[in-house]
Amino acid sequence: MIRQSVKMAWKSITSNKMRSFLTMLGIIIGVLALVVLVSLVSGATTSVTDQISSMGTNMIQVSVTDDKDNPLKLADIQALMDDDEIASAAPIAQTTATAYYSATSEEESAAVYGTTGAYADIMGLELYSGRFLKGTDIDNHTNVVVINAGFAETILGGMNVVGETVKLNGVEYQIVGVLASDDSDTSTIETYEAYMPYTSLVRLTDSVSLEISSFYVSASSEDTLELAEDAVTEVLLARFSEDEDAFTIINQSTIMEAMESVTNTMALLLGGIAGISLLVGGIGIMNIMLVSVTERTREIGIRKAIGAGRAVIMMQFLIEALMLSLMGCAIGIFLSWVTLQIIAAVGGDSMTYSISMNVVWIAVSFSIFIGVVFGIYPANKAAKKKPIDALRYIG
Amino acid sequence: MIVFRDVSKIYQIGDTEVHALDHANINIQDGEFVSIIGPSGSGKSTMMNIIGCLDMADSGLYLLDGQPIEDYSESELAKVRSKKIGFIFQSFNLIGNLTAEENVELPMIYQRIPKAERKRRVDEALKKVKLSGREKHKPNELSGGQQQRVAIARAIASRPSLFLTDEPTGNLDSATGREIMALFHELHAQGNTIVLITHDESIAKQASRSIHILDGKVVDSGEVTS
Repeated sequence: MIRQSVKMAWKSITSNKMRSFLTMLGIIIGVLALVVLVSLVSGATTSVTDQISSMGTNMIQVSVTDDKDNPLKLADIQALMDDDEIASAAPIAQTTATAYYSATSEEESAAVYGTTGAYADIMGLELYSGRFLKGTDIDNHTNVVVINAGFAETILGGMNVVGETVKLNGVEYQIVGVLASDDSDTSTIETYEAYMPYTSLVRLTDSVSLEISSFYVSASSEDTLELAEDAVTEVLLARFSEDEDAFTIINQSTIMEAMESVTNTMALLLGGIAGISLLVGGIGIMNIMLVSVTERTREIGIRKAIGAGRAVIMMQFLIEALMLSLMGCAIGIFLSWVTLQIIAAVGGDSMTYSISMNVVWIAVSFSIFIGVVFGIYPANKAAKKKPIDALRYIG
Repeated sequence: MIVFRDVSKIYQIGDTEVHALDHANINIQDGEFVSIIGPSGSGKSTMMNIIGCLDMADSGLYLLDGQPIEDYSESELAKVRSKKIGFIFQSFNLIGNLTAEENVELPMIYQRIPKAERKRRVDEALKKVKLSGREKHKPNELSGGQQQRVAIARAIASRPSLFLTDEPTGNLDSATGREIMALFHELHAQGNTIVLITHDESIAKQASRSIHILDGKVVDSGEVTS
């Protein structure tokens, strides 16, 4: 019986192609919006979380907000490393400087970081050539810098530039190392970054002093991250008169959690908007089904006269509504796939825009729901028609 | 077998009550070819609707094959129509987007007859009405007479105990009308019960017996009183 109803529904859909297509259009657009938007958000989330986790999950960042007139010094950071749970600790300070290279006459604004040699260990930085900062560089506040691949390629015009001299805010620095570029992380070649001894940065800019307000700590392994965090907290509490608000500790998981809650909210918001357009599509189906029931009053009368019961008529119209919404859904999913392919081809190599299966299932089940909910009223209206009234109807 | 005992049907039109059927009594035996004749507005269409289980009487008793059709639910009435009644209408009433064979097949789908059996009966019925070769035509590709023959085939294929037909020749020219009437005679000769409703005396006379109704009352049952 259901097979027959499907056949009849298909006949009536195909016998009025333009109208059926326009009816489906609402669902097509709704599904397209839902699948594309949610896939984009989840694609972006994946690429951002990848970047965050590539930074390593065994490090924490500490910011001192109130030093109680007893600021941390370089020696204090060094002393943290005596703890068994802590592998490395490095201070960090940042400024922006104008970088100038005489041979190429290139002048660009670059981010300059002041830190120690431990920073490379904590961040897992890889060198293309040369070396990273050393203890003696810090002690002697020598004018040396390690630059990233973007800096080397753009400002110095090549990667083999160890030994060259570059000017930062007019002061000459010798390049002692170049960081390798990372294909999976475009920021290594799209940004200009230079690392110099913390002590040298203090001399370069007034905004950074020897009083350290931010530093990174890495644990000896991922498992001991919490222990390392406890150890750091203990030291800092002792130092800042047991005031928990004097500093904040951020670890990877807190960043991840914050990130996830933001993207989940985004996905819900966009999904909700798309859901509303699906709902509007459903109303379109109901509208056309009502028209169709009225138009086919006589047909309903004939079917009833030759033995169709209420349930059969109901089923026929319900299946027709369901088919409209499911066909719209299928076309919508196909178009979403095409759209995402186009976005991936044109736009970002850095992000993976693929259809997430979850949202496809959501779209399919939502379409079924809409087909049934908005089909039931017209179908019931058709089923309830009295055969003699329906036969007498002149359309 | 059809029995009406004091069947009445009253329509409310505005403030006035119209007695479409007024204590009508009829008897139709199995295998009879009976015509019901009366001018328009006499209540013959109402009678047909009640006989065909498309409508219910307000009062009185209607027995179809000995079964009282009273207080039946809509779906029970649909079952009775499906199993026992074969309708043939004045305006053919074929479904426009189905082909001739699909139209003939439709009542059997509602009877849940298996596909192979349906196919066999469709071919047989279309052959009987001399429409073999036109199975794939849609109603609008057929002449009026051919459409009516599809409708008759539709009734034949569902094997009803009663053929109920309402002015079957009303929309046809006289030559085609005669062909259609010949089909009914053939069906009657094969032992089928046929009830034909018409206002046309010449058509009515072709039946074995005529029931005359006027203003909702049976004025002549056509039965030979002995």
